[in-house]
Amino acid sequence: MVVLIPLFPILGFLILGLGFRTIPKKWTAFIGPGMILLSFVLSVIIFLNIRHSVVSLPINLFPWIHIGPLNIPFAFLIDPLSSLMMLIVTGVGFIIHVYSVGYMKEDPGFNRFFAFMNLFVFSMLLLVMGANYPIMFIGWEGVGLCSYLLIGFWFKNQEFNNAAKKAFIMNRIGDLGFLMGMFLIFTTFHSLNFLDVFEQAKGMTSGDSNLVAITLLLFIGAVGKSAQIPLFTWLPDAMAGPTPVSALIHAATMVTAGVYMVARSNILYVLSPATMAIMGLTGLATALFAASIAIFQNDIKKILAYSTISQLGYMFVGLSMGAFSGAMFHLTTHAFFKALLFLAAGSVIHALGGEQDIRKMGGLKNAMPKTFWTFLIATAAIAGIPPLSGFFSKDEILAKTFEFSSGIWFIALIGSLMTAFYMFRMLYLTFFKDFRGTEEQKHHIHESPAVMVIPLILLALLSVFGGFINIPSVFGGNTGLSNFLAPVFAGSNAVMEHETPLSHGTEWLLMGVTLAGVLAMVFWTYHRYITRQHGLSPDDARRSLPVRLISHKYYVDELYRAIVVKPILWLSQMLHEIVELRIIDRFMNGLGTMVVWTGNTIRYVQTGNVGFYMFIMILGIMLILFFNILI
Amino acid sequence: MLTIILILLPLALSLITLSLKKEKEIRYFVLTGALIEFGLAVAAFVQYKTSCHCQLLFRADWLASMGVSLKFGMDGISMLLVMLTTFLLPVIIMASFSHSYERPSAFYSLILLMEMALVGVFTAFDGLMFYIFWEMALIPAYFICAVWGGNDRIRITLKFFIYTFTGSLFMLGALIYLYSRTPMPHSFDFQWLYLVALTPTEQLWIFLAFFLAFAVKIPIFPFHTWQPDTYAEAPAAGSMLLAGIMLKMGIYGMIRWMIPICHQALQQWGTFAMILAVTGIVYASLIAIRQKDMKRLVAYSSIAHVGLIAAGVFALTIHSMQGAMIQMISHGINIVGLFLVIDLIEQRTKTRNIADLGGIALKAPRLAVFFMVILLGSIALPLTNGFVGEFLLLLGIFEHSVVFSAIGGLTIIFSAVYMLWMYQRTMLGTTNQLTGQIADLTWTEMATLIPLVIMIFWIGLFPGLFLDVALPDVLQILNFAK
Repeated sequence: MVVLIPLFPILGFLILGLGFRTIPKKWTAFIGPGMILLSFVLSVIIFLNIRHSVVSLPINLFPWIHIGPLNIPFAFLIDPLSSLMMLIVTGVGFIIHVYSVGYMKEDPGFNRFFAFMNLFVFSMLLLVMGANYPIMFIGWEGVGLCSYLLIGFWFKNQEFNNAAKKAFIMNRIGDLGFLMGMFLIFTTFHSLNFLDVFEQAKGMTSGDSNLVAITLLLFIGAVGKSAQIPLFTWLPDAMAGPTPVSALIHAATMVTAGVYMVARSNILYVLSPATMAIMGLTGLATALFAASIAIFQNDIKKILAYSTISQLGYMFVGLSMGAFSGAMFHLTTHAFFKALLFLAAGSVIHALGGEQDIRKMGGLKNAMPKTFWTFLIATAAIAGIPPLSGFFSKDEILAKTFEFSSGIWFIALIGSLMTAFYMFRMLYLTFFKDFRGTEEQKHHIHESPAVMVIPLILLALLSVFGGFINIPSVFGGNTGLSNFLAPVFAGSNAVMEHETPLSHGTEWLLMGVTLAGVLAMVFWTYHRYITRQHGLSPDDARRSLPVRLISHKYYVDELYRAIVVKPILWLSQMLHEIVELRIIDRFMNGLGTMVVWTGNTIRYVQTGNVGFYMFIMILGIMLILFFNILI
Repeated sequence: MLTIILILLPLALSLITLSLKKEKEIRYFVLTGALIEFGLAVAAFVQYKTSCHCQLLFRADWLASMGVSLKFGMDGISMLLVMLTTFLLPVIIMASFSHSYERPSAFYSLILLMEMALVGVFTAFDGLMFYIFWEMALIPAYFICAVWGGNDRIRITLKFFIYTFTGSLFMLGALIYLYSRTPMPHSFDFQWLYLVALTPTEQLWIFLAFFLAFAVKIPIFPFHTWQPDTYAEAPAAGSMLLAGIMLKMGIYGMIRWMIPICHQALQQWGTFAMILAVTGIVYASLIAIRQKDMKRLVAYSSIAHVGLIAAGVFALTIHSMQGAMIQMISHGINIVGLFLVIDLIEQRTKTRNIADLGGIALKAPRLAVFFMVILLGSIALPLTNGFVGEFLLLLGIFEHSVVFSAIGGLTIIFSAVYMLWMYQRTMLGTTNQLTGQIADLTWTEMATLIPLVIMIFWIGLFPGLFLDVALPDVLQILNFAK
């Protein structure tokens, strides 16, 4: 049965891919989402089954690469962690597929779109279900490919194609790290299967240099896939793809693969304190950096993209504190509310005929009430307003940082205040006051059809109630998700030094401070953007230097262009024109010419004069004798 | 017996082809013949028992007084390369159908002659036979390129000929020297040549001679400058034969000769060879990024890819050697696919200039899909053939030296850079005058591409069949090096 879960999406891909010209849209609208629904139902059954089982064993399908000790079976590992991911991937995936039926209705590439989406779900399932690193890597690169295909879905536009290519290449940089990490795992443990590797790792000492190297290399992979500093610039560009793609791939699932991979390899990371520190700093820096950029962006999808980068940063901060289930919890709730935000944003973009600039929106509250309310819920959830899902998951990570150090907690707090700021800024500018677009757009504004609104409502429900799966004990909850995931992280928990857990009083205090700050942001932004109508200045308005720096995304793209892209292109040109053509080729041609010249010259020695030959011969003998005497 | 039939059948077909007149007749005859040859190779593959060494042996005396014999047979390594050759030949022949070449009987006859020579090289178990077939392969390759090639064909092909011929002469020298060191009466038989005990100095000289011959053929940096020119000027079938199969002769030679005979020199000087191979990977990848002609871009990418295979051979680990085996097959399939797609585009638009193309996917979606799949194979996406090979190669090189593996691994980034760039500029975007009316694939063209695509996924999903065939013999070769 487990095999069927990835089989349905790949089947859907094959049907839609092979018949992309002939299958009518009506059928596609059933096949595309239908296949994912089937996988979802099976994932639910699996989930219910494994809730009570204790051991999880890999399911071997067939041997894939097998040479002596190198044995990589095509195998799946179904345990609580992969089961949770399967639910998210197929569940949120299904909702987004349904939404896409409405969103992509008019697009001539309808069939191709669903073929790619199904292929994506297949790859993502391989990623989370794989029982060894190479199978995970199949999914890892597979989702990268689908991301490439879907970002550049409207391939007439070369800007979009550039974005797609950039995403693929940046991911590949990370993938090289992942690949090297796998090699080092194999030379260290002589296996690539999760269970074998983790079992052996348990016996190793903390800080073992091989472990640190392995975890760092794998983390490079995670940095690429989950868009952390320094490999994050592809994600904002990836917004070129259709909005459902941004929701599914660039918010809910693919970009969280790095988090999943670290959580999967938890024991390796727990034993590598150096990597944990680097990961924590990277995550924290990314969280703040991306949040600050989001504040000054005006493209609704780009704001969400930077927000995703920032939230992923929080997940890595959580992981680096050893809060694996906390990070997974935030991953889950984030999948709900960020998918919702993108889909609702898509609904807005759809209604405005492709407009993405929030300065040209406004007043959509009344025209699109369902979109507005769901967007509001998601905004409140991501900002961390209780009792919505984001409150619980973010609080868990913040509490962990406080256990570790109050300084880091404070920095993380600033980040989450920034989150509240840019989210409510976007909400107010989009939905409140008067419409600022053209008359024609105003005329066309409409609420989206049911096929798009129902997915919004489903995700809104998940965003509201999703937090209840893991209510902390301070609220008298039973931390259900953490208990469910506990077997996966048991090895790490045994190894980790435990900080004394916070007293309930401290927790209440922290929550109070956070909440007060967030509410302050809600009112400040209201004052700033509604009452005083800030933030509508065009791009060429005069700004102070720091603002200009941030609104140009700190010029990171420009920097990369100057220090990486340009030099490589220059080197390419130089190698070709100078080294290749002027030096090597000329030298080789010269050798050829020299041989011909020598032949032509020596030819004249053959004079046919016997006397001359005799002379040469005697000269030769004399020379030989002479050298003999010398030696 | 089957082995000798596999060699003689193409020769017979080649001769008969010369007597045929009508182009249509020639095409069907040649294609049928090549398919029968492939069928026979499959039969040999089925008969072949893994874990026994050289099988299907044919042996007859010839110049017995000189110790030369007609000894042909197959071990696992030969088997895979014979399969590759006989599989690709029908594809290459079909790919030529859309061209109407002048003197078709000569053209197809030469292709079959080439097949004979290639099968001969891969199955010869006698040193002199190996050399004879090695040089014999050069003759049809030379004529195919020199007669049916592009404008600058004569000069370029001569360069190619002199380059590789010079290399081969060094190999001949090495072989004769080895022969002279076999016990009386001398013999060219592989088994005897393997047993020759050489002093370190002798090993070094033999190593250098072999290295030069094979490095030119493969080609390894900096002996590669004949290659981009030749690929660009050769007709499609010529580029496919050269890149798809002929360069494997060089890698095959390294595995067959260098490791068993000069293993000490290889261990001493292998690092030097490895540096050349790895330099070539980065060097050629970088150059590929700025190429304007599709064929040249693929030519440089090929230097990078085979550089990795060569590095895998020098690493002398079981994983890298097995990776080299599987990647020889994969590279052959992928590069033939790429040249085929480029040829299809060139036939339709009369240009290979990347800047002049664009938007082809809009008009020819099938072509776009096939191109994408082959491209994915060549950038080593998991579940395609390229991944299995590069994974094993890089893993094996990693076991040998982490640094070389990391540098060689850059190929997975660079290949994505130049391949996706080429795809974007030719297939995506909007159409222009040249591509506006481009026709999608015909059924014949699809039939040519489909076998390649099947193999891309077959090797990607189930590489076991191919890996297992070669394993015992690869292990045996590696035993020499211990």
